[in-house]
Amino acid sequence: MPELVVQLTRAGFLLLLWLFVFAALRVVRSDLYAASGLRVNIPSLRRGKDKKRPRAGGRGGGKMPRQLVVTQGALSGTRIALDGKPILIGRADDSTLVLDDDYASTRHARISLRGDEWYVEDLGSTNGTYLDRAKVTAPLRVPLGVPIRIGKTVIELRP
Amino acid sequence: MAAAAGNESAVGRQYTTNPPRELPKRRGTELMLLAFAAVIVTTAFVLVQINQEQSLSWSILWYGGAYLAIFSAAHVAVRFWAPYADPLILPCVALLNGLGLVTIYRLDLAEAERARSLGQEFAGSAPRQVLFTVVALALFLAVLRMIRDHRTLTSYAYTAGLGGLVLLALPAMLPASLSEVNGAKVWIRLPGFSIQPGEFAKILLMIFFASFLVAKRDLFMTAGKRILGVELPRARDLGPIIIAAVVCLGILVFQRDLGTALLFFGITLMMLYVATERAIWVVVGLSMFLVGAFIAYQLFTHVQQRVTNWIDPLATYDDPGGGYQIAQGLFGLGTGGVFGTGLGAGRPEMVPAAHTDFITAAIGEEIGFVGLAAVLLVYLLLAMRGMRSALAVRDTFGKLLGGGLSFAIVMQVFVIVGGVTKLIPMTGVTTPFLSAGGSSLLANYILVALLLRISDTARRPQQQKPSGEAPQKQLAPIAEAHTVMVQRPPQPPAGGGPAVPASAEQQAPGQQPPGSQAPAQQPQAQQPQAQQPAPGQGQQPATPPQGQTPVPPTPQPAPHRASRPEPGKGQAPPQAAEQRPAGGQQAERPAPAGEPAWPTEESTDDEPHRAKGDDAT
Repeated sequence: MPELVVQLTRAGFLLLLWLFVFAALRVVRSDLYAASGLRVNIPSLRRGKDKKRPRAGGRGGGKMPRQLVVTQGALSGTRIALDGKPILIGRADDSTLVLDDDYASTRHARISLRGDEWYVEDLGSTNGTYLDRAKVTAPLRVPLGVPIRIGKTVIELRP
Repeated sequence: MAAAAGNESAVGRQYTTNPPRELPKRRGTELMLLAFAAVIVTTAFVLVQINQEQSLSWSILWYGGAYLAIFSAAHVAVRFWAPYADPLILPCVALLNGLGLVTIYRLDLAEAERARSLGQEFAGSAPRQVLFTVVALALFLAVLRMIRDHRTLTSYAYTAGLGGLVLLALPAMLPASLSEVNGAKVWIRLPGFSIQPGEFAKILLMIFFASFLVAKRDLFMTAGKRILGVELPRARDLGPIIIAAVVCLGILVFQRDLGTALLFFGITLMMLYVATERAIWVVVGLSMFLVGAFIAYQLFTHVQQRVTNWIDPLATYDDPGGGYQIAQGLFGLGTGGVFGTGLGAGRPEMVPAAHTDFITAAIGEEIGFVGLAAVLLVYLLLAMRGMRSALAVRDTFGKLLGGGLSFAIVMQVFVIVGGVTKLIPMTGVTTPFLSAGGSSLLANYILVALLLRISDTARRPQQQKPSGEAPQKQLAPIAEAHTVMVQRPPQPPAGGGPAVPASAEQQAPGQQPPGSQAPAQQPQAQQPQAQQPAPGQGQQPATPPQGQTPVPPTPQPAPHRASRPEPGKGQAPPQAAEQRPAGGQQAERPAPAGEPAWPTEESTDDEPHRAKGDDAT
């Protein structure tokens, strides 16, 4: 066999091997978010048809939350303007919303902006954070007006 | 699957939390990747033939056909019997196995040529390897078919443990004529073929150990004395790890098999660490390993020899049993360099035992560092997917077993590739899926079948109701049901009923858990639930099976849930979810039972231990 062909096949085979690895990694990537509960738009054939659903689910359409309101608990009525910075909630003094509540942890939860959605995530609190009735185990998108419960305190995002 | 989607729309429409396990089955992805692997293997085969013989022979049809048939059968089996299994595991295995076959075939060609020049007969090992793969496939199918739920394995844990030990000890007991090959007494030689029972013992012992750790995990969590700020385990809890160490030492002494001993000890240690999350076990285990290694080095000449060969293979190059093999392997890897000599263009047959222990040297010579790195990455991917399945699966036994099985693959690859590349002393274990050798291949296919089963359970949607009853249909599957905030009945002191933590058991012991009032309230509390539609019974088995009772064959959502003592309790959450209008949070609920049954994702995971702990006390 001519030397050139040998060299080409040699390189070609290695390329093929690595393409397999990358194809496998692509599958890994597409799976990364699936278990965390976030809907991520990964280009694939299946996603096309149910693309509409998350849109329809979002209450309040394109309105951006502007403030965070404490609706229940000792701090009821407190409002915090949302300026894009993450909001720390807990008993620690440097929290954005300092709770005086036996059921809250020192660093209880964080509400932060990702893209143009607000997400709540639990920071390993003892008693958990609840978005409406769901326990927050992974960062969850917070729609407008849905209560977040932390100990005795309930907060929600308002436009 | 459709049912799960229905749940989602009913319960969590307005926000995307706890999305349904709407995971696609991804069998198409698997098929694509399998086809890709087949293309790679075929290319490799063609290249080997062209470079070796300058022509193509008909054998490519034979080998290619066998390969395609084997993995088509495996794929179809997975499609039917484990439809949600991980899409990457099988293609990775297919690629590794195919590359192994090609390499063995390529070494056969070289050996045959050498034999021809010497005028000897030569029987290649590639056809045998194909045959072994077929047998392995049969075992793979059998395991996938028979073990519909990996949790059933827990009921055979002690049998598996005993079987594993017997298999492990068998070669040591048998006379050397029946069990010794190349100085290692790890075989059972039967007329016609011989098997290495240790490979199967590995899996059996892992099943036993996972089950044992799940049952006895609390023991290992008990803290002993604190010395220098480190909590040492209690001396009597060291039993299992000492037994493991002694068994490994026994393998070393009686079977003269360094690699298997190392493998067993590593796996034991890893599973102990995974089960307890306490690094101290690793420290204890590693120090025991160091002591054991030192003693073994002092006592056994074959260990000393391995170490001498490792430190400088060239110094003992000409000695019998010296560094010749390792040195040749290193020469081969060096000849390959970064890009390799090209498939079929190198001389990997120079290394003794190139098609078994030193197959990575042969591969490294022909496809170079770049190719060998890709092969190692495929191993990594395989183990990673296994680990991921272990993380995702909900029962602790599955987590431990999956973690152990995946770790066994990487550990074995590390031990052998480390030996070949002179990172650690050479120990004779097989390279999973690549090496020629029936036992290893068979055992590894069983291992993969178990991993696929675990990953199938992990990704399977939670609720698969045998009969879709109308009232049940809107309910969230119990594992996914949202936590519900309920008004406490008037009598408890804390009237506000704020965030009652997810599980009362988790509360600090000082606090009076609300569950303490349960007995008085129970009968009246159960009443409204008793009127709930009966079909709920089919969904959550109401009888309280104790701990490790065999799981019913139908894919039940989470059997550990059933271990809650009060019958009917399991129905509470769905019922509550039904009563509550979506979005409402403070609705009334008639006299909830004392023990809050609010299910959370978190509590699902921990349930088995807690249930077990309750049994023990």
